[in-house]
Amino acid sequence: MLNRAKIIEVENLVKKFGSFTANDNLTFDVYKGEIFGFLGANGAGKTSAIRILCGLSPPTSGKAIVAGYDVAKYPNKVKANIGYMSQKFSLYNDMTVKENFRFYGGIYGLSKKQIVDKTNYFLEKLEMEKTRNVVLSEIPLGWKQKLAFSVAIIHDPKVVFLDEPTGGVDPITRRQFWEMIYENADKGTTVFVTTHYMDEAEYCERVSIMSEGKIEALDTPANLKSTYGVNSMNDVFIKIARG
Amino acid sequence: MVSGEQIDSPFTIHHMSVNIQIDSISKKYADVMALNNISLSIKSGELFGFIGPDGAGKTSLFRILTSLLLPTSGKASIGEFDVVKDYKKIRQNTGYMPGRFSLYLDLTVEENLDFYASIFNTTVKENYELIKDIYVQIEPFKKRRAGDLSGGMKQKLALSCALIHSPHLIILDEPTTGVDAVSRMEFWELLKKMQKMGMTIIVSTPYMDEAALCDRVALMQNGNLLAVDTPNNIVKSYKGSLFAVKAYNMHKLLDDLGSLGDTSQVFRFGETIHITSTINDDKVYMESVNKQLIDKGYKDISIHKVNPVIEDCFLSLMDKDVE
Repeated sequence: MLNRAKIIEVENLVKKFGSFTANDNLTFDVYKGEIFGFLGANGAGKTSAIRILCGLSPPTSGKAIVAGYDVAKYPNKVKANIGYMSQKFSLYNDMTVKENFRFYGGIYGLSKKQIVDKTNYFLEKLEMEKTRNVVLSEIPLGWKQKLAFSVAIIHDPKVVFLDEPTGGVDPITRRQFWEMIYENADKGTTVFVTTHYMDEAEYCERVSIMSEGKIEALDTPANLKSTYGVNSMNDVFIKIARG
Repeated sequence: MVSGEQIDSPFTIHHMSVNIQIDSISKKYADVMALNNISLSIKSGELFGFIGPDGAGKTSLFRILTSLLLPTSGKASIGEFDVVKDYKKIRQNTGYMPGRFSLYLDLTVEENLDFYASIFNTTVKENYELIKDIYVQIEPFKKRRAGDLSGGMKQKLALSCALIHSPHLIILDEPTTGVDAVSRMEFWELLKKMQKMGMTIIVSTPYMDEAALCDRVALMQNGNLLAVDTPNNIVKSYKGSLFAVKAYNMHKLLDDLGSLGDTSQVFRFGETIHITSTINDDKVYMESVNKQLIDKGYKDISIHKVNPVIEDCFLSLMDKDVE
């Protein structure tokens, strides 16, 4: 771990909304090519932290460097160098698959040729060539989520943030989705992922668990299980979140 | 008559049979078969789960049962009431918590609850006992607008509103989607309590592990029922022996296990990979897998037999469905 480049560096990060502290002094690093699980109960402060790391919301105090840029000073540089997908908002339902690729490729400043090449590459890889001109609303959720992931990495970002990417997806597609995550992590993309499926927490290289704004635990799944003396990540999570 | 059950839940609902009969129900949207000739029955007092991913048809079925959607064909009834003809009776006796938060965002917690109570010609006071356990958790925020509540609190308010007219049957569409593992556990404890009060509960979920908490479940995929039974029987009917394998480099292991002989199913499962043997002798199979992995250079190999869970069964049934 020590000789791997840091892609995310967070130091004493604090976010307050009025008198409420959403993120209470977070400090952690995430490395190149790592699959990092960012877990926590609803309301623990995950969304607030992710918004800061994506350059969408400035920290109240402390520091976060993402893909080489300070989020407070260069939020737009951060945005250009990261990818983001969530279950709730990913692609435009009233555009075709091809149009979605073109739209996001354009936003990230890819050339026409790059967009065409990337679109062809992903559609072939996903075995979804036939859907090229299909409007997104007609595509099943599982396929959509694979497309959304591809679109999120169309500009070869150093890190991709996945916010509950597999919610509601069938168990086979869920596993295929994780295969895509592994493949891209192997190629050096850092994957920062949140999930409520505790079996997916086992698929991460390291996992952090937040509770009431603080990171209560951060380690490999195997170490967390032995530290807390339990057999599954579900039990680790329950121990931490229930206090 | 005093029974233990009555002591921990003093409020019991007057018993009315709400056996649910679903008879060859189909629902078609343009070219899409959302429900494909579904038949099943649910007994009064059961906690019945529909387990399946998005697009399985769970919501369409629930909307038909709550009289909010007309089936393309087929019939369904709740107790003596037909879901189409007797829609007024159905609505009086059924609580429905939709998957999407559907209360008034600009009304406060209290106002939403009062509003739903008055629609059903009742008052919050009259049925307070029924919602007490849930409502006390959001009562400190009763002056807050529903739109300003956190996800967990919205869910509790929605459930309170669905219960306020003291329905005999409550239908909950994915109440735990997007909810963390701890809150999900608490929600299921709540459902068990409601069942003890005499309510019939129909619930859907995409989380396979929640199936074990139901009396019976229907596994659904693409508008079809893959299985309907008790979680225990579904698990028992799993074909073949299931093994959990672990070794150094799990990602490569998945590929290598995929090319094993005598193996019908290979899926990543938490920290292990589940493989299903198609031969009878477990010992021979385990030794053969172990040897093949050693030959491929794997270290720290662990293989042991495990009992399947609902997700294993779902994966196996899905596989067949595709074929």
